[in-house]
Amino acid sequence: MGSSSVFTGFQFSDLGFLAEAAGRTLLISALAISIGTFLGCIFGWILSVTRVVGDATLGVVLDVFRSVPLIIQLILFYNFFPIIGFDLNPFAAGTVVLVFYTSALVAAVVRGGISATPSATRRAARSLGMTYWQDLRYIVWPIGLRAVLPSWAGVALGVLKDSALVSVLGYVELLRASQILITRTQEPFLILIIVGAFYFALSFPISRLTARLERTWQYD
Amino acid sequence: MIEVKGVRKSFGDLEVLKGIDLVVEKGEVISVIGASGSGKSTMLYCVNALESIDSGHIIVDGVDVHSRDTNVNRLRTNIGMVFQQWNSFPHLTTLENVALAPRIVLGKSKQEALEIARKQLEHVGLVDKLDVYPSRMSGGQQQRLAIARALAMEPNYMLFDEVTSALDPELVGEVLDTLRLLSDEGMSMIVVTHEIGFARDVSDRVAYFHEGKIEELGPPSQVLDNPESQQTRKFLANVR
Repeated sequence: MGSSSVFTGFQFSDLGFLAEAAGRTLLISALAISIGTFLGCIFGWILSVTRVVGDATLGVVLDVFRSVPLIIQLILFYNFFPIIGFDLNPFAAGTVVLVFYTSALVAAVVRGGISATPSATRRAARSLGMTYWQDLRYIVWPIGLRAVLPSWAGVALGVLKDSALVSVLGYVELLRASQILITRTQEPFLILIIVGAFYFALSFPISRLTARLERTWQYD
Repeated sequence: MIEVKGVRKSFGDLEVLKGIDLVVEKGEVISVIGASGSGKSTMLYCVNALESIDSGHIIVDGVDVHSRDTNVNRLRTNIGMVFQQWNSFPHLTTLENVALAPRIVLGKSKQEALEIARKQLEHVGLVDKLDVYPSRMSGGQQQRLAIARALAMEPNYMLFDEVTSALDPELVGEVLDTLRLLSDEGMSMIVVTHEIGFARDVSDRVAYFHEGKIEELGPPSQVLDNPESQQTRKFLANVR
């Protein structure tokens, strides 16, 4: 054996390994973005109706999630959960932290979206006999959605990329997989290009879909 | 019939309505004039419960507006309101703007709601703008859209809150013409306005508000041309 090195070059089967890891990135991101957006809508609505009280309570908590670097949150919570009796695996711990991180970012976006409808317009809606919830559903939601969709897309794309940080907990998502392969193959260039392409492929649909929605919803 | 009885209302320390009594008969047009801050608009907001009152009663067709048991959402379908700012729904076309409330509030089918909307937009002369978004229309057109949107609920009463004040002068006429049309059709209306000439033309009675009270109330020939009150005379001299 001439090349008795521990390193072996990049093989076709490694692509499968990366694809599987990309699937995990997709899974954890999709969970974080969907649940985080749902919670963020509720939090944003609470902030918009409670104002000062909400700012002093929920607002502070969300600020912490928004301001502390995600990598610190991940490590702290991963080590904190067992203390309070939840022995979470890296995937579960990572998902929980990413969900709250996303919800904090989305809450700020949603709050802005709610304020996109002037109070006079909401008053006009109520004067037609609409209930509070009808006003929210048929007036505030569609106007706000159009106003903040680009910001929401920015949050979603950010979370997709930030999910790479869950690798510090040992969860083998795309970035962690690439590190494993680089160590083995010593071909960082090739592998990082492939991984970059995977991230792009995951992000592309989000940016295209939102851009298309923005076009179809134009109303000026 | 709208009955306003002894209504008082304060914003903080400022009492803006100091005991208002006013009855609007079916089919009657009442214009409300007075300086800014005299409480005219606040009274309108109280009539359809967009503002609360501190004491007194407002009864619309036998329903006590500010009673705890009153369903204000149902009540408001009986009282159309048009504001100084037209408040179009920017994400909906003209037709959809008008059809929305009949569909979700009155429970009409989509088809019925669109038919009602088309009819009311024809009524206010916007039949060529059905599929246009409000941002593409002038202020006068948007204000007529707001009138059609309120009429689509088939209210017995219409409240107009300085509906021409935010319009460019050349657009005032088309909105006043629409109000005239409604008054000719027998709609019961309370019109808060600064347009004295319009008030004289269409009103059955004119109420002059001064510092939270009705200073003078009567037919236009009295209030506008031969006012008894010193205050009314002073106000009219200033607006002319």
